Amino acid sequence: MAMGLGTYLTLGAVLFGIGAIGFLVRRNVLIQLMSIELMLNSVNVVLVASNRFMPENHTGQLFAFFVIAVAAAEAAVGLAIVLALFRIKKTVESDEAATLKH
Amino acid sequence: MTGPNFTLFIVSSLIAIAGAVSTVVARRPLRAAMGLLVHIIALAGLYLTLSAHLLAAIQVLVYAGAIVVLFVFVIMLIGPLSEQTKPAGGTLARIVSLAIMAMVTGTVAFSLVHAGGQWVGAPNDFGTVEGVGMDLYTIGLVPFELISITLTVAIVGAIALAKGRSAREIAQAKAVREAVLAQQKAGE
Repeated sequence: MAMGLGTYLTLGAVLFGIGAIGFLVRRNVLIQLMSIELMLNSVNVVLVASNRFMPENHTGQLFAFFVIAVAAAEAAVGLAIVLALFRIKKTVESDEAATLKH
Repeated sequence: MTGPNFTLFIVSSLIAIAGAVSTVVARRPLRAAMGLLVHIIALAGLYLTLSAHLLAAIQVLVYAGAIVVLFVFVIMLIGPLSEQTKPAGGTLARIVSLAIMAMVTGTVAFSLVHAGGQWVGAPNDFGTVEGVGMDLYTIGLVPFELISITLTVAIVGAIALAKGRSAREIAQAKAVREAVLAQQKAGE
């Protein structure tokens, strides 16, 4: 069975699409943050697969490391914002965070 | 064999897609977090097919061990209100965004299926702690230091955001607000 680099890239695209659909369709901030994690992970799949395709050095895996670190920082700050929103609005629906909307 | 293991790829990619879908469609955030956990562990298996052993371990440690636990902590902290679902508003916008994203994803996915060529054999130290560490501390040294600063700033920011106000600060803010209101009233 032939399984080229394209198989991994396709899987990454599908996972990114699932994450993007979740981010756009769901209105629960927690699930939106999880969808962002899905999108970041799909990018990691593409980076690691491309690195395995050209294994002279580990540049793709280094990028994946940095993406993981940034995802950790993003999750910490994002969840702190969710907590601050919940303290003010008593809800986690993103539609409710419309104070600036006119 | 120079290419990735086919069986492990099929199994872990199917589990990864199933976990991602269950994350997105779950009604309860805690179930979504469990779907995310399954997805992340399946991705670690996927990294093993690409002989990225260190990255697979880091994926389980950092994502499953830290980020998912952080999500679960926040869901527990918010409690039952994290599950409330309003009656759907803006249904048309959701359907349109779903259709557009599905079309974009399908186009990209179908155009990429046959990309690439032959796999080549990986060097012995590919994906090991030794190999990745050597590259991390030579070609990736500056980004590595920058990412540590980023993490520190993010932690400080998260604490400052999540801390909230103490009772004394709330009383002070209330006193200031009342003083301003009284001044405005006197001005009129």
